[in-house]
Amino acid sequence: MTLLQVNHLVVEFPSRHGTLRALDDISFDIEPGEILGVVGESGAGKSLTGAAIVGLLDPPGRIVGGQIVLEGQRIDTLPHEQMRHLRGRKIGAIFQDPLTSLNPLYTVGRQLIETIQMHLPVSDREARARAIALLQDTGISAAEQRLDNYPHQFSGGMRQRVVIALALAAEPKLIVADEPTTALDVSIQAQIIMLLKTICKERGAAVMLITHDMGVIAETCDRVAVMYAGRMVEMGPVHEVIHHPAHPYTAGLMAAIPDMTADHEHLHQIDGAMPRLNAIPAGCAFNPRCPRALARCTSDRPDLMSAGVTRAACWLHESVATVA
Amino acid sequence: MKALVQALDLAMTFDVSPPWLNRVVEGKPRQLLHAVDGVSFEIEKGKTLGLVGESGCGKSTVARLLVGLYEPTRGSLMFDNQDAHAVYKGPESARLRRRIQMIFQDPYASLNPRWRVEDVVGEPLKEHGLISDPLQMKERVDDLLQSVGLSPLDGAKYPHQFSGGQRQRISIARALATDPEFLVCDEPTSALDVSVQAQVLNIMKDLQRTLGLTYLFISHNLAVVRHMSDQVGVMYLGCLVELADKQTLFANPRHPYTRMLLDAIPKLHDTGRARTPVQGEVPNPLNPPSGCTFNPRCSLANDRCRSERPILLDVGGNRVACHAVQEGRA
Repeated sequence: MTLLQVNHLVVEFPSRHGTLRALDDISFDIEPGEILGVVGESGAGKSLTGAAIVGLLDPPGRIVGGQIVLEGQRIDTLPHEQMRHLRGRKIGAIFQDPLTSLNPLYTVGRQLIETIQMHLPVSDREARARAIALLQDTGISAAEQRLDNYPHQFSGGMRQRVVIALALAAEPKLIVADEPTTALDVSIQAQIIMLLKTICKERGAAVMLITHDMGVIAETCDRVAVMYAGRMVEMGPVHEVIHHPAHPYTAGLMAAIPDMTADHEHLHQIDGAMPRLNAIPAGCAFNPRCPRALARCTSDRPDLMSAGVTRAACWLHESVATVA
Repeated sequence: MKALVQALDLAMTFDVSPPWLNRVVEGKPRQLLHAVDGVSFEIEKGKTLGLVGESGCGKSTVARLLVGLYEPTRGSLMFDNQDAHAVYKGPESARLRRRIQMIFQDPYASLNPRWRVEDVVGEPLKEHGLISDPLQMKERVDDLLQSVGLSPLDGAKYPHQFSGGQRQRISIARALATDPEFLVCDEPTSALDVSVQAQVLNIMKDLQRTLGLTYLFISHNLAVVRHMSDQVGVMYLGCLVELADKQTLFANPRHPYTRMLLDAIPKLHDTGRARTPVQGEVPNPLNPPSGCTFNPRCSLANDRCRSERPILLDVGGNRVACHAVQEGRA
């Protein structure tokens, strides 16, 4: 059974100058144990999608359409209190900055034990043993002593390990990881990615990995979703999306990444910038920057359609879709 | 040809001791942080030296030493055959500063939000007394904005009206205002998205070609450094551990740390590849390991590595500071 289904999700922010549509008709699903990457540039709506799923949309942002279904249960309409119990128990969250996601005033152990006891009916002693095991599993040596340390006594990479331990504390089925390695150095980043990958595989937890780094996606994910201006533009198996991108935006994005193996005098650039939410062009949101825009791209909005192995929201693939 | 920029054993030590009273009462010693500990390199005119390394390795301190924001505790910087830090203190200081400019990482923090773009870009011209006539000034600012792909009409706007990439172009225009020969770029694209990063990097390369600029390009992103540089230096805990031509360094990295860094970057081409990243983290610079500072994380470390600090020596085209490589153990 599909673990998470997001159907036609729409998130809006009412403002003085009119309502801003930050997520526009986002649909995807995650299978149990799968790692789904969500990639896009700043402001594309990646983090917002994650926040909507864990029920942590900042007001005045609100879900105005669509639904989020976790294991057959609709969770976007749950009352606050019920959602609080579900978060942690069924969905774990890892955020970018490990220092702000830990409480600086409590020891790491207290935060872990609190989380464990909040969700699982275990005694203090069992909870402590569990906390130690969690820290060990995330690669923290001398876990028993480290349990009584405060977050500031850990380095950045170690803190992110603690945050992963916290997210896994109640053995959730889904982890939403929002830029978990962006604040870390490359050598540490590699360690954390490996950890996230192995530990989730061992426990059978699915991961929604939100990042702007295509390299991280390439190494970690099974499938990837590419977002642009609050919409999903392409989705498919990682290898296909990276090597044979079907959407012109994905193709441009891939070409803009400096290559470690080839030399170019010039990098491919996508001219212009992503539109602001209050000025999203009609039709396909990418049409003003698209080198292959057709006449209808400025008027009709494409939905995700089959483009060979992947699915892309682009009219270029319409003929292929109808033939197939 | 003589190099335009020559750093000779540059070092910068910060005093991070507790206050005097604490030292006396609690008996705490003085504490020194060796942010940069003896770095030497040369940059030829019109070329780019890339510096890579993880946070805290001293890249930005090197940048600040070069533009004269810090005075080195040891060593010297030769710019166009004159001792730059001696000149910085003398009457010729302004002339030299005009020739060396800097681009900072965060275009949100490095532009004054209350100033119009034309004032931001024109300030160095005013400050150095290069142009006083308002009409000439307007012309020069318009030229500068156009050279980085912005419109002269943008001059009347404020920084907040621009996106990150456009702001970084404004920073570049401002750095170019005094016709510098040498630009120190400290992580100029780290705050930008990849598609915008490509725009800014392309502009920087074009400007280098047309104006004959010399760059020191600092980044933690190896692919970006590779794209921009002619020579690349790898820093670890305040020292240069490897310095080589771009081609040599990336095709044949010698120092174990360089190899680790290259292996650690996620690659687009082998999806789903499992690997074993190097364990451990950068040690605390206040209390660095003895000998080679990389020894606790290095698989080739032996007793000599733990006691004696390696120096940068030529090994088959690369300059490497590693006993193992120099002894032929690696």
